[in-house]
Amino acid sequence: MRQSMWHASGLNAEHIHQLGVVFGLLLSTIFLIVVGVALLSVRRRHRGFDQERLEGSHEPSARTEARLRWIVGVATGVTILILFGLTIVSVSVGKVISASVAPAGSLFVDVTGTQWWWKIRYASDDPSRILQTANEIHIPVGRPVAIRGNADDVIHSFWVPNLQGKRDLIPGRTTLEWLQADKPGEYRGQCAEFCGLQHAHMAFWVIAEPPDRFKAWFEQQLQPAVEPSDEDQRRGKEIFLKSGCVLCHAIRGTDAGAQIGPDLTHFGSRKTIAAGTLWNTKGNLAGWIADPQNIKPGTHMATVPIGSAEMQPLIDYLESLK
Amino acid sequence: MRYVAIGCCLLTLIACKRETREVRPSPAVSGILGDMGAESALYPGGATNHLNVRNPYEGNAYALSEGQRLFDWYNCSGCHAHGGGGIGPPLIKQDQRDWIYGGEPSNIFDTIVKGRPNGMPTWGGKIPEYQVWQIVTYVRSLSNLEPKAATPARADTLEQKSETIITKKDGAPHQ
Repeated sequence: MRQSMWHASGLNAEHIHQLGVVFGLLLSTIFLIVVGVALLSVRRRHRGFDQERLEGSHEPSARTEARLRWIVGVATGVTILILFGLTIVSVSVGKVISASVAPAGSLFVDVTGTQWWWKIRYASDDPSRILQTANEIHIPVGRPVAIRGNADDVIHSFWVPNLQGKRDLIPGRTTLEWLQADKPGEYRGQCAEFCGLQHAHMAFWVIAEPPDRFKAWFEQQLQPAVEPSDEDQRRGKEIFLKSGCVLCHAIRGTDAGAQIGPDLTHFGSRKTIAAGTLWNTKGNLAGWIADPQNIKPGTHMATVPIGSAEMQPLIDYLESLK
Repeated sequence: MRYVAIGCCLLTLIACKRETREVRPSPAVSGILGDMGAESALYPGGATNHLNVRNPYEGNAYALSEGQRLFDWYNCSGCHAHGGGGIGPPLIKQDQRDWIYGGEPSNIFDTIVKGRPNGMPTWGGKIPEYQVWQIVTYVRSLSNLEPKAATPARADTLEQKSETIITKKDGAPHQ
């Protein structure tokens, strides 16, 4: 699915879409009229530069004065009415889509923007059912999802154009917005507030699935990481745990528990790596680990020295974490 | 005459150079191994021999701010606080003789990479070397050992003022 507000796939996005259509049609019509009138007046015969200026020689008649006053008056009135109408439409759409209270039965997801990726946490009253993941939000179709936004470092903005408008994520302040997908699909989202060097490479995916498939995904993600199934992956796990990876990343079910970088427990099941920068393939992963600064200059992912013989087992292990 | 003077002033502008951000660790940095001072050569009390190894990031503002971030991320602040000390010794030192294992960049690098008795963990093999150097740069900036132009004008946490009086080990104030 293309990342575009013109392809609305949810209730709130539909409202924004309609607002866009109203504004777009009305304002382009007015623009065309204004440009048309301006072109007409250019085409009309005008006085040459050598002739005396009109203001000096010509006194407009009372009838012309009255006609002009009438035209200007009506145009001003219409402009005020249009602006007023647009304000009412815009504010009422804003009120509908930015409810400060999530609808009943919402799924609560905490989204924390951080340079330059997204921390995702599915909230639950039961601590054993809190799910931590990164850069990929699975949601059930037809159920409202409340996004509680926050930021770790600078201001970011959460934006999935196909589903909802933008919401700024401000450090130390929780903001709320809710969205609902009416059609299953994969929707790309993007940080919409300039947040530093890699702002452009700070994307994420919202994957809307039928409720039963969402439930299956959620239960699977709650499980700890799978154990390595062959010698190669076992070595990869060893390399992961003894190298610098563990300083920032967590893999549930192993000793790695750091909360600085993305949680990698089910890394292999994600679509992309480096916050939507690369497709999740073995080749891309090897490139990313070997030289992250080449792919995302300035990224906080460290250039960890991994020997060439160690790279293959390591990526085999990481990709096995489905 | 005046225009010549103004022209000369303008000419000095060509000496300005913006520090480039080296986001990629250069091979020279990652090539240095964390084994610069033999253990036997260390003397508690600051009389440490320092090897002739230059900190590749000395005076580099970007590296210094990266070091500041890593200082928290790798939880150095967990023991050393933000330079004030706690479980570990304070890193803001007015008297450079207070460094137990030496305050030269190479000494601090060694301390981080190898660890020290009574609590300092061994970070070698975990923190990549270029990041160790960035942390070294930040740690030295805490005691105003880095150029003022590279350090933030206002620290986020503790800051050493030049007039601060830190008591000596015997309780008497330094002058």
